[in-house]
Amino acid sequence: MNEKILETFREEVAELLADLEGSLLELEETPDDQPTIDRVFRALHTIKGSSAMAGVDSIASFVHQVENVYELVREGELAVTRELIDLTLVAKDQLRLLVAALNGAGSVDSELLDETTAAFSQLLPASAVATPPSASAVEHAETCTYRIRFRPDLDAFRKGLNPMFVLRELRQMGECLIVPQLDAVPDLETLDPESCCLRWDVVLTTDQNIDDIRDLFIFFEDHCTQLAIDVIDDGGLLDTEAGYKKLGEILIERGDLDQEALNQALQSKTKIGESLIGSGLVSSGRIEAALTEQRRIQELRQERRVAEIASSIRVRSDKLDTLVNLIGELVTVQARLSQNAAGSSDAQMVSIAEEVERLTWDLRDQVLNIRMLPIGTTFNSYRRLVRDLCGELGKQVTLVTEGAETELDKTVIDRLGDPLVHLIRNCVDHGIESPEDRIAAGKPAQGTVRLSADHSGANVLLRISDDGRGLDRDALRRRAVANGLLAADAEIADRELYNLIFLPGFSTAREVTSVSGRGVGMDVVKRSVDELRGNIEVSSLPGQGTQFTIRLPLTLAIIDGLLVDIAGESYVFPLAAVEECVELRRAETAANDRNLANVRGELVPYVRLRDFFTVPGQRRDIEQIVIASIGGNRVGFVVDHVIGEHQTVIKSLGRFYQGIKGLSGATILGNGSVALILDLPQIVDGTSLLEKAAGF
Amino acid sequence: MAKRIMTVDDSATIRQMLSFTLNDAGYEVIEAIDGRDAYDKLKNNPVNMVITDLNMPQMDGIELIREVRKDPANRFVPIIMLTTESQEKKKQEGKAAGASGWIVKPFSPEQLLAVVKMVLVA
Repeated sequence: MNEKILETFREEVAELLADLEGSLLELEETPDDQPTIDRVFRALHTIKGSSAMAGVDSIASFVHQVENVYELVREGELAVTRELIDLTLVAKDQLRLLVAALNGAGSVDSELLDETTAAFSQLLPASAVATPPSASAVEHAETCTYRIRFRPDLDAFRKGLNPMFVLRELRQMGECLIVPQLDAVPDLETLDPESCCLRWDVVLTTDQNIDDIRDLFIFFEDHCTQLAIDVIDDGGLLDTEAGYKKLGEILIERGDLDQEALNQALQSKTKIGESLIGSGLVSSGRIEAALTEQRRIQELRQERRVAEIASSIRVRSDKLDTLVNLIGELVTVQARLSQNAAGSSDAQMVSIAEEVERLTWDLRDQVLNIRMLPIGTTFNSYRRLVRDLCGELGKQVTLVTEGAETELDKTVIDRLGDPLVHLIRNCVDHGIESPEDRIAAGKPAQGTVRLSADHSGANVLLRISDDGRGLDRDALRRRAVANGLLAADAEIADRELYNLIFLPGFSTAREVTSVSGRGVGMDVVKRSVDELRGNIEVSSLPGQGTQFTIRLPLTLAIIDGLLVDIAGESYVFPLAAVEECVELRRAETAANDRNLANVRGELVPYVRLRDFFTVPGQRRDIEQIVIASIGGNRVGFVVDHVIGEHQTVIKSLGRFYQGIKGLSGATILGNGSVALILDLPQIVDGTSLLEKAAGF
Repeated sequence: MAKRIMTVDDSATIRQMLSFTLNDAGYEVIEAIDGRDAYDKLKNNPVNMVITDLNMPQMDGIELIREVRKDPANRFVPIIMLTTESQEKKKQEGKAAGASGWIVKPFSPEQLLAVVKMVLVA
């Protein structure tokens, strides 16, 4: 703060405080004297204004409370009492100390200050204490085109306002087309030069937002017969296949013409614009403005199309598939090259191999990226589905989508369609209650189904949730017991119980509808998700809704894998599922035979892959456990030893091998041998079945 | 020639701040301590713009605006009011009296200059 201004401020406040004290003492004698009340108020008001301007906010906010009270006194809503005068005198002394403290002289009793402030705010009605809301800036970077209709009052000039300045500012904001409207300008004989008879229509393309534009007109706010700012082009979002708006449509949208008059004008043989001017329905200026708007939009869209054509090309997706396959081959060959190079003593060879490896990885990432599509491309079709289901079932449901921009491999998106349709159908049919039931349960009649997508590490998470009745725990339990999946007295966690709905033939729907409820569905959904190397889980809260969470890998073609060895054979774990690797000693396994490993105090169940695949031979003294997250649980997989990370190009297994449990594919290693890719959820499922069979 | 602005405020602090900011930006400033003082000074000093406080002794801002608008020489002079958040009613009164616009106190030098520039395009 400028020292000179601060000095002036101190002197001024000292003077005002002296005045204030005098006025307060006078007021004590004559509590109803309006001029004295005004003097007190003015002194407080000036101190507040000056301190705020001088940047001394502590004083400004303190005085603000006192001033608010005296505003009530001035309006006759609060009586002057001896207590009020006492309190104000205390406040005055506090102010003197606050000002002195600015000099570094003396100190302020902050406790007394708080007490005084509180005492004043108690005199105010609750609404007056609230601080004024601060204006929040709206983020906006897109270029938009606005239609601005600016009709100043006739007496705008007499208020010292000059519309030309606003137009000049508008011009500086971006590409600006201004069409003056002369229809209100009278003949020269009757023209009053002090009246503002001109009006303007403006088409402005700018990256500033609508609030910035409105700010320019701030002084005209109350001096306009019309001020309308509308978005007519938002940089591409409004583009439709339907083509451009016709002149008549624009005129109706602008309120210059009604439909009936337009129909009449359309019957004439001349051009619509000429016909409207000829019949006197619309002035030539307004037609010109509408035409300007139409031309501008055409130009903008044309520019965008050219830019789009220049920046993207269409490629058939099978060509991309071929490209991905070739990259797969290349990755395999590169692995061989790296392996050979590592075993050779030729430094140049090693360096070339490293270079090829780096380029191959970059190429792989780029090519996989090309195949990524925003998942939102499929969201719209679900909107239609929900709408139709609502009609069929007599329910009211809105579909809310989030994360439409999340990208996924095209193949994954294509194969995700059916499972999502099933899940959304289920939400609308079973999840969301009828409007009557919802109202009875104290919920809005309209239900919400939410479909969201977002990234989580190397996966994409899709969530489909509803705010309906939730899964019926008891019905699920009865059904599970009836199907022999659960003992009648078995204890089972809710989460496990809910996940039973993914078993084949499991449905609790009371009646079978054409929409869902035949018990074929959820198991199909699960199978489809499994095929996409993903997993699905369900969670539910009674009365509040159900949520399905699908976790999918970003791509199907090439994954990061963890290569392991079991009895000299190589296997690959999908690295995304792997959490850690720990050692397992024979001594530990001897201590318990329940296939539980103690990992830093936590008991982790494990599956010995040697046993699972019935691999012959002796197991090692020190094995390794690869711990992975399967359906939210940590499960260990015992292998002979872990080799390391591996870029895994997924090859499908031949027809004869496809039914084998626990394997999802194969890959070719650098030395030309084949490694099998493990399907961890299947292994876990298979194992628990084994456990059941063994009576665990 | 530099544009001339009259600033009217009973607070010396605010007058000084206004003068510092406006002088720095190349404007000539005439200070007045209240409405009466401003009205008297305007008779002999034509200005391009008036910036006035509302709550002042002698003649308040609203009265000043009415008087200025009555003077044929100053009918079109832009008048900017200095108001506070709590003076919405006053703002409306001022606008009705013929004010061109307003600035809400407290304001920064940049905000002041932005408004002055908007009203007084060189």
